[in-house]
Amino acid sequence: MPDCALANLLKPLEAMIIHPSLRQLGYMLSLTLVVGLVGCGKKDSDEEDDSGGKSDAAATVATVDMTNGATIVGTVKLDGAAPVAKVINMGGDAYCGAAHKTSPVSDDHWVNNGGALVNAFVYVKDGLGGKTYAAPATAITLAQKGCTYEPHVFGIMVGQTMKVENDDQTLHNVHSVSAANESFNEGQPPGTPAKEHKMTKQEVMIPIKCDVHGWMNSYAGVLPHPFFAVTGADGKYEIKGVPAGDYTIECWHESTKSDAAGVTQDQKVTVAAKDSKTVDFTLKAQ
Amino acid sequence: MDSQSRFDLLNGGVHSKWLHRFALLTAVTTFFLIFVGGLVKSHEAGLSVPDWPTTYGEFMLTFPYSKWVGNIFYEHSHRLLATLVGAFITVEAIWLQLSKYGKKLKILGWIAFVGVCIQGYLGGLTVKYLLPTSISTGHSMLAQGVFCLTVTIALFTSKAWPNVERTLQTSSIDIRKLSAWTVGAIAFQIMLGALMRHENAGLAIATFPLANGRIIPEFTSSGIVLNFAHRVGALIASGFVLATVAVILRDYRYDRKLSRPAIFAVVVLLLQIALGAITILSEKAVTPTTLHVSGGTLLLCTMLVISLQAYHHYESKAAKQEESLHREPAVIPSTIS
Ligand SMILES: [Cu+2]
Repeated sequence: MPDCALANLLKPLEAMIIHPSLRQLGYMLSLTLVVGLVGCGKKDSDEEDDSGGKSDAAATVATVDMTNGATIVGTVKLDGAAPVAKVINMGGDAYCGAAHKTSPVSDDHWVNNGGALVNAFVYVKDGLGGKTYAAPATAITLAQKGCTYEPHVFGIMVGQTMKVENDDQTLHNVHSVSAANESFNEGQPPGTPAKEHKMTKQEVMIPIKCDVHGWMNSYAGVLPHPFFAVTGADGKYEIKGVPAGDYTIECWHESTKSDAAGVTQDQKVTVAAKDSKTVDFTLKAQ
Repeated sequence: MDSQSRFDLLNGGVHSKWLHRFALLTAVTTFFLIFVGGLVKSHEAGLSVPDWPTTYGEFMLTFPYSKWVGNIFYEHSHRLLATLVGAFITVEAIWLQLSKYGKKLKILGWIAFVGVCIQGYLGGLTVKYLLPTSISTGHSMLAQGVFCLTVTIALFTSKAWPNVERTLQTSSIDIRKLSAWTVGAIAFQIMLGALMRHENAGLAIATFPLANGRIIPEFTSSGIVLNFAHRVGALIASGFVLATVAVILRDYRYDRKLSRPAIFAVVVLLLQIALGAITILSEKAVTPTTLHVSGGTLLLCTMLVISLQAYHHYESKAAKQEESLHREPAVIPSTIS
């Protein structure tokens, strides 16, 4: 813990107790300073999360059978009134403001006709028995365009390359806030070549954000298998090539409270070879 | 001679007008730096410049203004202002060293120098380690420490500081100890606030004055614990401040060195409580939240000044009695008022 060593560096402050009369004051101040730093290690111990463990279980690499695999489709809906979309004030950066003809609105709760929920992440949470799949060679591109992320929500496989591009003529920093994987934060001034990253562990979801433009958010769902999808403008998703079996399907959607982990709902489904099953979700607005 | 404040030793019994003015400037600039640091957190701008000590690969001081876009504006301003404060404190330490002020004050200058260096490095670590709570809270607390040192140096270099005749305390409660404990209580409260802030737990209890409809909330998360601790801390710290102020207004009303900052402390305390409530009710709007952070610092340094003045000007009864036992009756000063 390199930061803990600093608590020792603070010892010179004890020299503040240069006179008996100052002793009480000195004690108070140095005690508080030291206690402030003794928070060392607290955060780090919390970081072992349960989301990372499963991918290590099996070493066998399976392949997806598109002809015999089942298809799971469905619609994700929002129950209750959709939150009013927040208008983003991009005034802090003239480039961003000029990049939009109309006032940009937050895409965190994008609801279309009949409550269809866009950008929900649906995936096989359980039932694959620890089977892992090889990551495709193709990269997933996360673009920064007009000071927003495209896509806003995406799935990516463990070991698959994520390419982060800056198409804007302004500075962005790309900051992942990960619990299971290693977090990163790097600057990407205009004209910088795409940055590549690979996630090594399963994690649903990793928030990716830009601290220059506080409204920029994206979420990556990292899985050791390819059975995931993100709902489109009609709120529909489709997962193909699922081997016959009993599964838990989870639907995730971000919460309106940006700090929160998001809202999830699980459903069970059994599929036989070449089956097509429908699993719909209805998430509560919050 | 015995009743003269032993704090004179710190000062060396001299006064340099320009050095004192510079010390005041340093303290005020440091306070402003803490305010801007608060803005960085309120805007969540701390990682908007991902590298340190460079700025997007460029030398900090020549990073063009056209690139201070979005939250970079706050983070980069904080870094530049911090550099200025670092330079001020360095100049102050050297200036003190070259001055005729006492050796102990010179040491204080160098402690401030070391403190501000560690502080800058801690700032760099917050960037490199992506703002872990421990480092961010340490950075917040060391800021208070360095600021208190700059205030102390400004006070010790002042014209009125040396050659003070100490007086026997008239109050039944030792104002020196009480004010020192008040400083401690406020510092502890600031630490709780910093922990809460960097754990993003400021709205873990979203209601005020009641905590989720109850006096004591259900402790279902560490955020609620921290949030509630800061609320209880506010009560305790307020109690200490009010007790100190009450003793001063009762027994030291005519000593303006104590009564003036005491009245100021009450005003800041009331504002501080109001700002704390507004922070919650406005869901952490930037302005009240940042002012609340600065208000804590202001209250801390006000009580510090009171405490230093109390130690400087007053002698405890116990010490006086003990002293008189060891000396000839004829030598007891007649100046006790
Ligand atoms: Cu950005």
